[in-house]
Amino acid sequence: MSDATSMKTPMKRVRGLGSAKTGTDHFWTQRLTAAATMLLALALVVVLVSTVGKDAVAARAVLAQPLVAVLLLLFIVSGIAHMRIGMQVIIEDYVHEEGAKVIALGLNTFFSATIAVVCLFAVLKLSFGG
Amino acid sequence: MVQLNLPKNSRVGVGKVWPKPAGAKNLKEFRIYRYDPDGESNPRTDTYFVDRDDCGPMILDALLWIKNKIDPTLTFRRSCREGICGSCAMNIDGLNTLACTKGMDDVPGVVKIYPLPHMPVIKDLVPDLTNFYAQHASVEPWLHTSSPQPEAEWKQSHDDREKLDGLYECILCACCSTSCPSYWWNGDRYLGPAALLQAYRWLIDSRDEGTGERLDALEDPFRLYRCHTIMNCANTCPKGLNPAKAIAEIKKMMVSRQV
Repeated sequence: MSDATSMKTPMKRVRGLGSAKTGTDHFWTQRLTAAATMLLALALVVVLVSTVGKDAVAARAVLAQPLVAVLLLLFIVSGIAHMRIGMQVIIEDYVHEEGAKVIALGLNTFFSATIAVVCLFAVLKLSFGG
Repeated sequence: MVQLNLPKNSRVGVGKVWPKPAGAKNLKEFRIYRYDPDGESNPRTDTYFVDRDDCGPMILDALLWIKNKIDPTLTFRRSCREGICGSCAMNIDGLNTLACTKGMDDVPGVVKIYPLPHMPVIKDLVPDLTNFYAQHASVEPWLHTSSPQPEAEWKQSHDDREKLDGLYECILCACCSTSCPSYWWNGDRYLGPAALLQAYRWLIDSRDEGTGERLDALEDPFRLYRCHTIMNCANTCPKGLNPAKAIAEIKKMMVSRQV
């Protein structure tokens, strides 16, 4: 409580800037993406096991199948969305300096977006050839 | 960042070992956190020996025995000595609880006593709970209505009354909130389990007409959603209540008004 010694009343400090009127979407998305990622990961394991023993060309053909590619795309979107909002909560929990927090939250988004686009691009390239 | 070490002037040193009471055969050793705001020195833990044959069975009995017979400067809050006022909440043997309802026999070996964790300490075992009380007040723990006042009481069915069981019994001792890591790190913005349990007590009250406004006030990433279901609150509550469940119910109400 950095301003504990200021002359603000305790109620003024507790009320702060008021309710942000958000939070439930974040909470709900975190649960939904957790469930989705778990199910998709199971499907992904089946796909990866099916490539065991295959050479690169055959394995590539498996991954390029439309159904498999869509599974992979969904897994990437769900997993990385979950990773981003999970990391956001951790940053909000532990990083308290306003400047560092804003920078860390920004970097978290940039990092997640970059990883997501790289992964999506790789799957699409496999799928559409080239 | 979160501070994992105490500031230099708050680190706890080894204090005085007070002499054993003469002629006592049945001794219990206590190591108790001491902090004198009027002095310059760091906090310390003093060692006391209590004559169990001359003392009541509870930890609070031992603290009063020490204060009366060994060291009158030992400072702590107490009032009802029967677990209903919440004054003597402290960290005993690593768990937040009430000194008056915790038996000396429940603690094997040395009894280590500290103030409630992560609160500013006023003196010895007395924490500053100003922020905690303001958070409780901020959830407006009273009936909100806009309908005309009934001639007699606001009526409630037996079933609806039962929904308040496990909530109304909270004595605001602060054991739960001060056991919660999320409250340690963000206690200025997160309301904490005690205030949220009280918030739910009014959210679920069939007579209260302010449910929507109450939920609006809690719809916040910090006020409510800092709860990460760590469950220390339920583990430590000396009244056997479950604030974590109350918080989960608030989250369910939040989702159900959107989905």
